[in-house]
Amino acid sequence: MTALGIAAAVAAGERSARSVLEEHLDRIAEREPEIGAFTCVMADEARAAASEIDAAVARGERPGPLAGVPVAVKDNLCTRDAPTTCSSRILEGWRPPYDATAVQRLRAAGAVIVGKTNLDEFAMGSSTESSAFGPTRNPRDLSRVPGGSSGGSAAAVAAGFAPLALGTDTGGSVRQPAALCGAVGLKPTYGSVSRYGLVAFASSLDQIGPIATSVADAAALFEVVSGPDPLDSTSFDPAAVAAPHVGEGRTGAAGRTGAAGDNSVDGEDEVPEGVEGLRIGVLAELCGGLDGGGLGSGGLDGSGLAGGGGPAAAGVEGVAADVAARTAEAVAALEAAGAVVEAVSVPSTVLGLSAYYLIAPAEASSNLARYDGVRYGLRVEGSTAAEMNVSTRTAGFGAEVKRRIMLGTYVLSAGYYDAFYAKALRARALIRRELDEAYGRFDLLVCPTAPTTAFELGAKTADPLSMYLNDVCTIPSNLAGHPAISVPFGLGEDGLPVGVQIMGPACAEHPAGRSPLWRAAAALERAAPSPAPADPAGEAGP
Amino acid sequence: MSPREPPIPADWELVVGLEVHVELATATKLFCGCANRFGDEPNTNVCPVCLGLPGSLPVVNARAVELAVRLGRALGCRVETSVFARKNYFYPDMPKNYQVTQYDRPTNADGRLELPDGSAVGIERAHIEEDTGKTTHMGSGGRIHDAVYSLVDYNRAGVPLVEIVTRPDIRTVEQARACAAELRAVMAAVGVSDARMEEGSMRVDANVSVRPAGSGELRTRCEVKNLNSLRSLGRAVAYEARRHVDLWEAGERPRQETRHWDESTGRTISGRSKEEVEDYRYFTEPDLVPLVADAAVVTAVDAALPELPRDRRAALASAGAGSGEAALLVERGQDELVLAAVAAGADVELTVTRVVNDLAADDWSQVAPEGLAALVAMERAGKLTATQAKQVLAEMASGGGDPAAVAERLGFEAMAADDLATAVDQVIEAHPDEWSRFCAGEGDDRKKMAGFLTGQVMRATRGRADGAAVNRLLTDRATGRAP
Repeated sequence: MTALGIAAAVAAGERSARSVLEEHLDRIAEREPEIGAFTCVMADEARAAASEIDAAVARGERPGPLAGVPVAVKDNLCTRDAPTTCSSRILEGWRPPYDATAVQRLRAAGAVIVGKTNLDEFAMGSSTESSAFGPTRNPRDLSRVPGGSSGGSAAAVAAGFAPLALGTDTGGSVRQPAALCGAVGLKPTYGSVSRYGLVAFASSLDQIGPIATSVADAAALFEVVSGPDPLDSTSFDPAAVAAPHVGEGRTGAAGRTGAAGDNSVDGEDEVPEGVEGLRIGVLAELCGGLDGGGLGSGGLDGSGLAGGGGPAAAGVEGVAADVAARTAEAVAALEAAGAVVEAVSVPSTVLGLSAYYLIAPAEASSNLARYDGVRYGLRVEGSTAAEMNVSTRTAGFGAEVKRRIMLGTYVLSAGYYDAFYAKALRARALIRRELDEAYGRFDLLVCPTAPTTAFELGAKTADPLSMYLNDVCTIPSNLAGHPAISVPFGLGEDGLPVGVQIMGPACAEHPAGRSPLWRAAAALERAAPSPAPADPAGEAGP
Repeated sequence: MSPREPPIPADWELVVGLEVHVELATATKLFCGCANRFGDEPNTNVCPVCLGLPGSLPVVNARAVELAVRLGRALGCRVETSVFARKNYFYPDMPKNYQVTQYDRPTNADGRLELPDGSAVGIERAHIEEDTGKTTHMGSGGRIHDAVYSLVDYNRAGVPLVEIVTRPDIRTVEQARACAAELRAVMAAVGVSDARMEEGSMRVDANVSVRPAGSGELRTRCEVKNLNSLRSLGRAVAYEARRHVDLWEAGERPRQETRHWDESTGRTISGRSKEEVEDYRYFTEPDLVPLVADAAVVTAVDAALPELPRDRRAALASAGAGSGEAALLVERGQDELVLAAVAAGADVELTVTRVVNDLAADDWSQVAPEGLAALVAMERAGKLTATQAKQVLAEMASGGGDPAAVAERLGFEAMAADDLATAVDQVIEAHPDEWSRFCAGEGDDRKKMAGFLTGQVMRATRGRADGAAVNRLLTDRATGRAP
């Protein structure tokens, strides 16, 4: 049953929130030991919340748009009086005195929080293997990783532990695990969802996003958690502002009707459906071996794009053939549904990975400085305050976190700042500008979400660079502050899900469920060759 | 060493710039809704934001920005679109282990501060930043070295500060003190801070260096901290300048470092040296958006800006007051009273003298300009002696009301010149011995007799006589001249 189906049934009094919850808790009891999606299952609190919803329904109150829907929440989102660990030893024992804004909105919408999900420590990773509490396994193949860093959330959704989950996406951490687990995952426009209560990794890139089994469910969760928040200065109201501040002179995309030839839509209340007339660019650099061949319009056209010197701009390496093939099929499906498809070159997107691994660690080195043993979390005593700081951080942080703190400290240091950090900021500005230019000609861009399907546990832990390459397709949207969604589209050679990414300009995910981004996602969902076969237990849903 | 005395030989020149931190008088902190209040129980004015709890985010206090802009405009700065930055370093009283401040894009830039002596000091910038908590080292000596443990109070963490950085334009110890005093006066005038050095709501650091007189170079400077009063500032700058001159003259050179003023020994002692100075790794604070300079806001701030101390001094001077008295009157906030009394017809010189010398700096709110003008007029007309005028003014300050009524109540009715002459003559007649000793006497004896005779006149007139007039009469009589 979908989240929207549950909410409707609960609100109508056809199902009790409590019975819905118990079914999910049973499934958790059954499969969680082998999957390890949670850092903490909050059965008691969830039962209390579900009973509260049932009581509200019984009183005839409106229980909210997500009434009785179990939701899994990534463990880097603060939950009042419940452990919030970021899967790190350094936060062991800490219970925040407040709820993240997104969590508060979930509760207000009638959702039932079933537990906190595992992640790469402080969201730094692409496989959920850097968690201090052990890895999460992919429910579709327990020898494979679920992706990361929101691997616990994606696995929880894929395993049927909850129809919805919140993840966070700094460089692809919602979309890549959604792709690897066969779920839908959205990275909203920077500022669409308040970051208040999201434990910061890289503040200028972090966004909270929904993971769901369907596009419509993802839209419903996004609608609940998004919206301006006075506690987050970088949040914005898509209805009130022309463009979020992340844009550089770009006028907002809010309210775009998208399709140039969408003349059939007259009435304001009439929501356009489908993708007819939408202009969709196939992002050449991020499609690996994919070229224009087989596409309707054919050929690359770099003209008019900054830095686009010729049609054969260098693309990223390492996109697997099966992923490239599914992406091409997805593009063909969009075209068959009426979209105008054309290959497009955005040359600077290949710089994204390098820029990201300078900017994100730089911000992380500052954001993670507060874990010093003085006020909360782990403390390892020392004879001086400095010694206590060092001992605490040495014992409390894992290897990947330390690597990024050191990297970030280095690139911000006097003498290196200009060569690394400042240069990365310029690359970021260039990527944003080139993407914005591309959105002058296209409503949406398409490319794979991740270069491969889910890989084996341990396959990349020894080689950080190969791990980092997982994010090559997702990072440009974070750097630009733009929205992007991953939608399952068929299977790879290994029978594991492939995700296709649809990227849009700032605010393209507004209004939730109805904008071109959502319509294209829904079109892919409808056209997907066969529903990704979930594991036996997770198939039907409760 | 007296502050008037030049601290260094004439062939050397002092070069000083100040860094002044001032706490803004807002109701709440810079990035959260906690009370900005001094003196509460430790760690009672705290929340997730000012404690830097994971997941918390700052939101700028609009009132703090308004006050900062007001201060910037009062210092003649350009208000620019500004960007917050993080200054990264580890210290237990800093909840996030970075301070949110402004780095390359401060809110206020390029101002100028005029001092009472007519000189001016350039203002490089006046930027907004958050304060840190306060650490108390517990142990035998209360110093970090012998502390057993430390306690941190985060009530101050996140309190809004403006840091004013002057250009190295200060050339004398007096000017350094005057600069800090003038900054304090400006802040009080525009109401952005109570600016109390003793309570730490205004903290002054001095960057001190010296150079051969006439050279334009800037030599190695030392930053002197822990200056809790204008007096400390003056003493510390003088000490530090002398130390630099001694080093240079001995063929050595000062090290660039932070030094702490020790009030009890009158010396500066070395803190962190340059080698240990941390790299703060400044970068733009991603949790905040730029503060956009809005011309309309600046215009509104300008329009609401009260008259500044320099303008108030100028107004007094053009009314005829001396520059020293003008500075003092403005510092005490008594300038409006004086100007209003003068406007009501009072003599400037006498009004300034009475207010500067005889009106307490802290309790004069009951003195109305018209009353002051009337008092000065009475004294000027000889209806009151100087002594009587002072007494009447004191009564007026404690709620006595109209000076004529006060004078009458005190029995200070006007004493005609004839009556005084009669009283003097009667005393001469009654004390012939003393009178002849006065007439014949020289030096001390004459003085002694003058005192005796004046005292007798005072007694006879029940203090209504003007001492100076009595003395004049006695002298006239002794030299045989007619009164």
